[in-house]
Amino acid sequence: MREKIGNIYNNIGLPRIIITSFFIFLLVISVPLGLNILNLLGDSIRRWAMYGILVLAMVPAVQCGIGLNFGISLGIVAGLLGATLSIELGISNPWLGMLFASAVGILLGGLLGVFYGFMLNKLKGSEMTVSTYVGFSVIAFMNMIWLALPFKNGNLVWPISEQGMRNTISLEGSFGLILNKLWSFSIGNPATGLFVPTGLILFFLAVCFIVYLFMRSKVGMAMSAAGENPEFTRASGINVDKMRIIGTAVSTALAALGIITYAQSYGFLQLYNAPLMMGFHSVAAVLIGGASVGRAKISHVILGAFLFQGILTVALPVANKILPEGNLSDVLRLIISNGIILYALSKTKGGNK
Amino acid sequence: MLETRYLLNMDNISKEYYGNKVLKNVSLQVKPGEIHALMGENGAGKSTLMNILFGMPVIHTSGGFEGIVEIDGEKVVIDAPHNAMNFGIGMVHQEFMLIPGFTVTENIKVGREISKPTFLSHIFGKSLESLDIEQMKKDAKKALADIGLNIEEYVKIAGLPIGYMQFIEIAREIDKTGIKLLVFDEPTAVLAESEANRLLEIMKIIASKGIAIIFITHRLDEVMTVADSLTVLRDGEFVARKDVKDTSVEEIAELMIGRKVVKLVDDVEDKRILKDDDIALSLKDFHVNMPGEMVKGIDLNIRNGEIFGIGGLAGQGKVGIPNGIMGLYESEGTATLYGKELELKELGNALENGISFVSEDRRGVGLLLGESIEQNITFNAIQIKEDFLIKLGPIKLYDKKKAKNHTLDMIKLLDIRCTGPRQIAGNLSGGNQQKVCLARALTMNPKLLIVSEPTRGIDIGAKKLVLEYLVKLNREEGLTIIMVSSELVELRSLCDRIAIVSDGKLAKILNPDAPDAEFGLAMAGAKKEGAN
Amino acid sequence: MKDNIVNFISENKVVVLFVALCIGAIYVSGNPLTFVAGELFTRFGRNGFMVLALLIPVLAGMGLNFGITIGAIAAQIAVFWIIYWGFEGIQGFLLSVLMSTPIALLFGYLVGKLFNKMKGSEMIAGMVLGYFADGLYQLFFLYVIGGIIPVYSDRLIIPGGIGVKNTIDLTGNLKYSLDTVSMLQLVEIFFYIAVAVLIFKMVFNKVKKTNSSIAKDLIILGIAIVVYVLTFIPAIEAFLASDRLLLLYAVTIGLVFMVLLQIWRIVNNKVIKKDNEYSIKKPIALIIVAGILYAMTYIKPIEVILMYVNIPVTTYLCIVGICFFNNMLLRTRLGQNMRTVGQSRVVANAAGLDVDRIRIIAMVLSTVLACWGQLIYLQNIGTFATYGAHTQVGLFAIAALLVGGASVKKATNKQAIIGIILFHTLFTVAPQAGKQLFNNAQLGEYFRVFVAYGVIAVSLAMHAWKTNIKPSVKQKA
Repeated sequence: MREKIGNIYNNIGLPRIIITSFFIFLLVISVPLGLNILNLLGDSIRRWAMYGILVLAMVPAVQCGIGLNFGISLGIVAGLLGATLSIELGISNPWLGMLFASAVGILLGGLLGVFYGFMLNKLKGSEMTVSTYVGFSVIAFMNMIWLALPFKNGNLVWPISEQGMRNTISLEGSFGLILNKLWSFSIGNPATGLFVPTGLILFFLAVCFIVYLFMRSKVGMAMSAAGENPEFTRASGINVDKMRIIGTAVSTALAALGIITYAQSYGFLQLYNAPLMMGFHSVAAVLIGGASVGRAKISHVILGAFLFQGILTVALPVANKILPEGNLSDVLRLIISNGIILYALSKTKGGNK
Repeated sequence: MLETRYLLNMDNISKEYYGNKVLKNVSLQVKPGEIHALMGENGAGKSTLMNILFGMPVIHTSGGFEGIVEIDGEKVVIDAPHNAMNFGIGMVHQEFMLIPGFTVTENIKVGREISKPTFLSHIFGKSLESLDIEQMKKDAKKALADIGLNIEEYVKIAGLPIGYMQFIEIAREIDKTGIKLLVFDEPTAVLAESEANRLLEIMKIIASKGIAIIFITHRLDEVMTVADSLTVLRDGEFVARKDVKDTSVEEIAELMIGRKVVKLVDDVEDKRILKDDDIALSLKDFHVNMPGEMVKGIDLNIRNGEIFGIGGLAGQGKVGIPNGIMGLYESEGTATLYGKELELKELGNALENGISFVSEDRRGVGLLLGESIEQNITFNAIQIKEDFLIKLGPIKLYDKKKAKNHTLDMIKLLDIRCTGPRQIAGNLSGGNQQKVCLARALTMNPKLLIVSEPTRGIDIGAKKLVLEYLVKLNREEGLTIIMVSSELVELRSLCDRIAIVSDGKLAKILNPDAPDAEFGLAMAGAKKEGAN
Repeated sequence: MKDNIVNFISENKVVVLFVALCIGAIYVSGNPLTFVAGELFTRFGRNGFMVLALLIPVLAGMGLNFGITIGAIAAQIAVFWIIYWGFEGIQGFLLSVLMSTPIALLFGYLVGKLFNKMKGSEMIAGMVLGYFADGLYQLFFLYVIGGIIPVYSDRLIIPGGIGVKNTIDLTGNLKYSLDTVSMLQLVEIFFYIAVAVLIFKMVFNKVKKTNSSIAKDLIILGIAIVVYVLTFIPAIEAFLASDRLLLLYAVTIGLVFMVLLQIWRIVNNKVIKKDNEYSIKKPIALIIVAGILYAMTYIKPIEVILMYVNIPVTTYLCIVGICFFNNMLLRTRLGQNMRTVGQSRVVANAAGLDVDRIRIIAMVLSTVLACWGQLIYLQNIGTFATYGAHTQVGLFAIAALLVGGASVKKATNKQAIIGIILFHTLFTVAPQAGKQLFNNAQLGEYFRVFVAYGVIAVSLAMHAWKTNIKPSVKQKA
């Protein structure tokens, strides 16, 4: 019996236990503090679904063997370009606008992912180290591009010419919140009750299902094998390098879709340095859900995204009640996300990655 | 009663690894200044014996050993490699312990640099002493001169030929003060012939200075050339200790092989007719670039319906042959299957043409340890033949039902002990894992099956079952089988013919009932021109 | 000849590229050279020490120390308390050193232990650890200080009582505390230290009977006394009273020193050691080069710069000190052991070295030096950005090192210095260049950050690529 508990403990790991307990603790004390628990839950659910696809992007990457993809910035940038292009072209119908943005984002993300995959194939063993800084470089590079892009739409650029694009672009006029509002309903009073963004949740789960089907297809299974045991996969006549490129491309494309989903839920597109650390957060979320550097399942994504976003959503109001000062949410996010990544890294025995 | 004072006396050494006895009452004696060869097939126990001598951690973490080790007549306890050095024992490894970016001097002196005390070192300790480069250079020069090696001591190792690196390893060892015994572990394995000869000369020079040498090798001619005496081990047991002048190559070969005539499988009715012109697989001038198992030009013709064995010592190339055919490593030359030439440069070509392979590296190449038995068994068939898939237009999804049923069949057929098709392959025992690998190969319905080390690490019961099943496949289904194995007993029990590979080339093709000495000589690569 | 040039360029691609980039950027920006030079020398003094603290982990095979942030954090913790307790000037600075060093020692030890658990992944671990430590630091400074540890100070604490202010002005306490140590004070301090050390040494040797020569020590003591007496001469005293040295004088002193060194080398090798193989060509060539450089200082544009720039002597001496330390370390057993561990842990282990312990020592040294480097940075910049000062330290220091031609496997003092010069020159002129080229200064600022990230990404990729190529080549052989 003891051994069994010990086994479970080892499998789950101390950080996850701490995080889950902390989340439950926050939920519990929110009630006596007079916070609206329905509101908090509703917020958690909303943030879970809006971040979900970004976290999902980790699965093909980890499964194909390139480790935790800190470089999803590439995909995010592709998605942002798609979205801004959609606004620049002035597509009025919000659904078409989002479709256009997603299509451009996914295609561009996929293409960038292919090149990125080529590069990673030459760096086997150090993918994570390099991808972190490639991700940062891409964001830094885009900072310059956002300044220089010849877009004209008033929503996108600052009024004074030669100032470049705005930092935050409102999606009110385009596809903001369309998924959230689709088929949504509230339990109780809309303002104080539990708001369920059905469209968003269904969309997230649908994308999860598509990825699930992909992983069960011939190509998907070959890809997972390539990540788990490249020698075995080669011995079965499969080109491991090609599988890695496929995984990277899918991951990047998903990231593009992910940022568009996120932005429509948030109501704003955030350019420049805003997405800098999104790679880290997605990595942390999937790790919290139970993934490791070598294996990631969709169930990890769903659980991890919920726990990670849940803690952040609940912590801020709780903290504000106790210590009426400062931005605890940001600090917590730093500590939790990096702490779990550090823990996961220390578990990979030997060798780079 | 001769007064022979031995430098090293390892007396009645026994060692068990988790219930498996790898050394049984083995003794080894070496006189000062003597070159003593330690011989035996793979698995004979040579490496384990040396690990004990060197106090390697793996010995102590697995329960220690029985027996006594004496140096200069006194009982010693060596529990760490550093300890061995204090007793004057050094080792020249097969994989060089050299740093390419360092100079010759730095490598010779690594970890034992000479330094002078400084002001700070009095306070903070030895670490802050300053290096005495002049003295180190002098010592290095001397060590190099002692073995007659003519290179500058300030040169970086990185550009030097492999033979030189070997010599610098030696220089490092003899630079250590008080060296009495040097162990050479298969030193000539990576050397060209001229370098090997040079090495043997250096060994003689070192021995003449009073340093004893233990020379682990399987090359009989080298032993006859340079050794004074030898010890033969077989299956973890001591076989014989002889002086070189009192024995011959044939006698040593026989001692190494042994006289076991065990039939591992019961006789089965054999109604086959094997014809020399009905060839299943033909190899011509086949080269394979597999590090550690290089194949340097082999011609073989394997008849349709036969069980063909490929044997030889480890590192000689037998494992390289199937790996080359399956395209896992680069190869040159031609391989023809039932008249059709294989495109070995294309990954998976052999699989597509109907050759299945059960690799010797069961856990590494053979299985997806984290996946279920079902997924492992069906994997190749899914990827190569698109079997076990539901096709919806361009999308091909896993057909779980079909896969499960097939897996259940295989589990029954091969008697795989498991909790069901969904059990994770990594949790099975070695024998059952091997059966899963075999099942996967058979799921492809191959025309030719190659198994490499089919019973390695499997218990006796499972061994018999696997081998019997192979025979059954051959007799009843007419499946041509190539069996690569380092266990001669296995090969001689099953095969119709056995090819012995030595030094990457075909030494001889023998019948299973050929005399032991023939096998021994072929494996030991004794030079064809009248080795005495 | 042509081959040599091509070879030189290809071996030093990065440096050549950045020299070209800098020259281009300076030209385009239209910034006057005096401005650029002034900024450069200031930044060199401010950031140089930190970059040089990165060399030791590279030596020990732990790659680029992205965890250098943690050393900076140690420094900042100390600085806060020192300011709170009201210390100022050089005493304040020294107390910061005294207080932060044990903290840095502890942090370095912990980081070293962590890295030992992740051999092979030190760089990514360092990156993540830096962020993690930042989180803990923020927790401490935002919630603990003022909250759990009561601190009452209007100028340090956020109104409300909990948490430290975003920016703390260091004017009046630690600003320029190191920079303003006059040369005279330095000479005095060195004199006292030299006398103390020498006397201690002589007594120690006598007591321990180590038979070391006393004559050498007495000679050095004599020289020290003479130098000290010299400083009492009014003219020299006036000159030394300043804390800044005009670049022109610094260059002159440097050149004179170099000439003397070459003469000493010639005399030492030819006359004292009677080394017949010693070629007299190299030192003579260097003396001639020194002469040419001195002549060049008369060229007007150069002279203008030299007369414009003032360098803070003490800070620069600290940088010379750490260069000297890095070199000296290599000549000790410890340094050689670190090199061995860095080249091959397997061989080091087989040779009986305690690999784990050596790596921890390397991290401790680097963290402590980074801590001091951050102290130097803060006192020069004059403002303490509580939540930001440590965050980009790693990025810019590592980028600077790499720009100088260093790599994950190899980094020298020379590369660090070249790197700092190039990187910070680019940093200085980029905004103006951006403005002139694209009418957008912001673009220039973004560009320089992109350069920093990009240089690191490329360097990491190159290193990973090389480690991938090597094994496959080995197989062929």
